[in-house]
Amino acid sequence: MPEASAPPAQGPLAHHFANLKQQKHAAVLGMWVFIAQEVLFFGGLFATYAVYAMKYKEAFEAGSGHLNWKIGFFNTLVLIASSLTMAMGVHSAALGRSRRIVGWLLATVFLGTVFLGVKYFEYGEKIAPCFGMGAGPGCLVPGQLFDASVLHVAADVAPETQIFYSLYFAMTGLHALHMIVGIPIILWIAHAAWKGRYSPAWHTPVEIVGLYWHFVDIIWIFLFPLLYLMGRH
Amino acid sequence: MNQGTEAKPMTPEVNTLPKEHYLNAGYDWKSWLLTTDHKRIAILYLISISVMFILGGLYAVLIRWNLLVPDGSHMSAETYNRVFTAHGVIMVFFFLIPSIPATLGNFLIPLMIGARDLAFPRINLLSWYVYVIGAAFTLFSLFSGGLDTGWTFYTPYSTVFAQSNVAFAAIGIFIAGFSSILTGLNFIVTVHTMRAPGMTWFRMPLFVWAHYATAIIQILGTPVVAITILLVALERLFHFGFFDPARGGDPILFQHLFWFYSHPAVYIMILPSMGVVSELITCFSRKRIFGYSFIAMSSMAIAVIGFLVWAHHMFVSGMSVYSAMIFSALTYLVAIPSAIKVFNWTATMFRGSISWETPMMYVFGFIGLFLIGGLTGLFLGNLGTDVHLTDTYFIVAHFHYIMVGGAIMGYLGGIHFWWPKIFGRKYSEWWGRISAVLIFVGFNMTFLPQFLLGYLGMPRRYHAYPEEFQVLNVLSSAGALILGIGYLFPSLYLAHSMVKGEPAGNNPWGARGLEWETTSPPPAHNFDQTPVVEDEAYAYDKAPKEAVVA
Repeated sequence: MPEASAPPAQGPLAHHFANLKQQKHAAVLGMWVFIAQEVLFFGGLFATYAVYAMKYKEAFEAGSGHLNWKIGFFNTLVLIASSLTMAMGVHSAALGRSRRIVGWLLATVFLGTVFLGVKYFEYGEKIAPCFGMGAGPGCLVPGQLFDASVLHVAADVAPETQIFYSLYFAMTGLHALHMIVGIPIILWIAHAAWKGRYSPAWHTPVEIVGLYWHFVDIIWIFLFPLLYLMGRH
Repeated sequence: MNQGTEAKPMTPEVNTLPKEHYLNAGYDWKSWLLTTDHKRIAILYLISISVMFILGGLYAVLIRWNLLVPDGSHMSAETYNRVFTAHGVIMVFFFLIPSIPATLGNFLIPLMIGARDLAFPRINLLSWYVYVIGAAFTLFSLFSGGLDTGWTFYTPYSTVFAQSNVAFAAIGIFIAGFSSILTGLNFIVTVHTMRAPGMTWFRMPLFVWAHYATAIIQILGTPVVAITILLVALERLFHFGFFDPARGGDPILFQHLFWFYSHPAVYIMILPSMGVVSELITCFSRKRIFGYSFIAMSSMAIAVIGFLVWAHHMFVSGMSVYSAMIFSALTYLVAIPSAIKVFNWTATMFRGSISWETPMMYVFGFIGLFLIGGLTGLFLGNLGTDVHLTDTYFIVAHFHYIMVGGAIMGYLGGIHFWWPKIFGRKYSEWWGRISAVLIFVGFNMTFLPQFLLGYLGMPRRYHAYPEEFQVLNVLSSAGALILGIGYLFPSLYLAHSMVKGEPAGNNPWGARGLEWETTSPPPAHNFDQTPVVEDEAYAYDKAPKEAVVA
């Protein structure tokens, strides 16, 4: 919750806190509670995934096998690298080096954007055939146009692969949405760091946006094997 | 007022309102719509949920009007479906869930723990705006064709077959859920980090404990229904096949995910009400509460066990007999902490010096009605009887005894108890007592016949019924009329009190607790000096502290 702890005009201490320590404690706990909420939010999807992956094992392996694991792996590396740059940003904040905070945060934003760019092409490849664009058949958007022919599965399994792709779009889409929300917030924090608002005594906004970013990465760490590697064992 | 109790602790001369308080801190629209003061946000919520309550109540009037005649000639089946769905959606998501936490909880938690505000005042304001946006979406859906799925949105009807405006309503409820999550987040962090010096965990008022337990459910339950309802909207808009059996989806999975939140949601409604009852019963018995830590911990136990009982809504939906047995046993388990509370409240009254002010009348109502609601819940948690009673009026009666008889009685009791603190003025005690009795009588007359109807086999959600059920249905509708009049009176005399009421003084009930040690209404910053707590809660054996602000 960065907006709650963003420093007001007169110094970083908000009027209703007794001291910075209390304010920091509240902000960090607030982010952890928010993350707990997020875990349950994604948890609904993970539970749905677990139920259908057991029920439709063959369809899930076929659907997963069709995803390009190399692209997924590349994106995993990109996100792990962005977690590292974010951690370095928080570390610089603790040392009070404002210019370095900005550098590391911008690196994080760059890596996040690379991830989303790759995702854009990955989605495009599955969506374009539904509109008669792109190379040949293989619309993988669930619904009327869904075309399982590229998955090479038996006719009775084919409809079940829709469930896999419903989950693929819902889970990666929700994850991407969290990154799209995170990037402007990181830019905002970087702007505040540029203005020299953070010090070793008060840099909680950097810390909690870091917590948020790491959480979004961890979600991907679970999504990658569940979606890309299920069909390869 | 306090006949039969110790001498009135406050000075007998005429009370006046304090010169400066949160209500006169600003009059322009910005000072209200952009406020971050938890007390003003509580008032904003109070206004919005009251509007929703009136709207939901009007739909209830339509339901009871239709059921006056057995042949369903008052409205078509399609209209009736939309009417009871609107009643359920509005009352559950836009009145009951925010009712006590967003109004009394928002107003009182910082005061009770000696803080200047909630931990995140701007997020608190945000939660109100999120609520209003969610309500706008849902109301748009209800007024532009309506919604006929029932408040439960069961699939595949809601996702594939319903011709009504499901997606808009689902998005509205999804949005409103985040208002509840933000409120819960604020309460958890506030209780952890904002307590005044000396306010240890086990000195906190039980109202705060109840809200802490509620907040845990809001944080851990609401996101699950949010994602579920989002999947319903996605399935309608983009034809994802999560819950569509024709495409391999599983409708039962929807029911599991839905009830994972929607059963604990009942505890979001009832726990704050139990917190109110704990405060009121000790004040009007002039006695320290009996079993403080048992009541506090039973709130936590309800929050935890409440997450493990959801499938008792699905005994007839199809699940293995062993799962059903386990969920049935866990359902019985959750009755234990509820019973612990009732026993402790009763023991608090034992040898207390009980007085019959309006708030206490609601407490008596609460205990009686909650007891009936809770015990009939055991009929439904039992596998054998549930098969006979499920989807009948027995269920309708049971959950109204909990949600209206329990939650709303506590809400009204709390509003009457803290009204002099919130607005600094008294209301008519005579009208207060009359209304409390009317509500109690009207409520029982409305819903007791429904237990019988359900037991005799009248299914819920039908717009017509066999003729032999008419007598009981007419009785129920007549009771609803009395109940409606009972609800009308408080809105009139409380509105009158806001303008013309006699100033109440800082502590009109002679109650204990930090909220009574500041002025009525409190100043914008709550306390002139951060209070220091030296006593256990509810020290009714000691004289009350004077107000610390002039």
